[in-house]
Amino acid sequence: MDHIEMQRDDVGAKLGMWVFIFTEILLFGGLFLVYAVMRHRYSADFHQGSLQLNTFIGALNTVVLLISSMTVAMSITAVQKKDNRKATILLCITLLCAAIFLVDKYFEWGHKISIMLYPGTDLMQSLKHGYILFFSLYFFMTGLHMLHLVIGAVILVVALTKVRMGLINNEHYVLLENGGLYWHLVDLIWIFLFPLLYLVT
Amino acid sequence: MTTEVEHITGYPFYGKVLVGLLVLTTFTILVPWLNLTAFTALIALVLASTKAGIVMTYFMHLKVEYILLKILVVMVLAIYASVILLTFSDYFFR
Repeated sequence: MDHIEMQRDDVGAKLGMWVFIFTEILLFGGLFLVYAVMRHRYSADFHQGSLQLNTFIGALNTVVLLISSMTVAMSITAVQKKDNRKATILLCITLLCAAIFLVDKYFEWGHKISIMLYPGTDLMQSLKHGYILFFSLYFFMTGLHMLHLVIGAVILVVALTKVRMGLINNEHYVLLENGGLYWHLVDLIWIFLFPLLYLVT
Repeated sequence: MTTEVEHITGYPFYGKVLVGLLVLTTFTILVPWLNLTAFTALIALVLASTKAGIVMTYFMHLKVEYILLKILVVMVLAIYASVILLTFSDYFFR
């Protein structure tokens, strides 16, 4: 009885993560659909609204997320090659990117909130309908995306700790893979959010 | 249970993928400046879809995943595409 082994099913674990990602795609897909219909109806207002957004910050965040996606993918390679030290560094870079993204968002949202441009204010109520819709969608979609980013970062912190402890190693790394998949999802969503919100002209 | 085939992707390859994605991002930012009006949104969507495809294929390792998972991904995208199609056909021909 001395070798009781936990049954492992890495393929099943990854399939589970993918199924969850499918539900996330459909969740954001629904929001994109609302955006598409409303943009079609109020194209002039949406155009005006998007001019209020800072394209530079949006582009910077796109680059930051793409880099972080690469470093997460590389950290899996590092673990497979038994190089946990490199994996640690790569995951730290990823988390740094997440932090940069959040700081950017802080300034971006902070500016809009300081000029009272957010749902519920008197200024927003006085604007045209399409304008209100654009900013409501903007705050909801980027907010929901940001929530996903924070959750993804927490999962990666857990993975990082386990890499440091050696619990994630070249034979046992499905948690890191799944954390990586989730992180790529965060990147995927932003790939669509950025042009649609910031560059609709 | 251990994995039968392990795919280890080299670091330089991921670097190349990132460069490709950054080039496409640059295009994405430049397109609105060209003032193609009607096509701007379409081009932006095509570029975004291409980038998403690259991320899923290489970063998310779909390229080396088993066929059933690939079919599932295609099915989910097909479901979403049909929802878009139904919504807009309803919207336009109401």
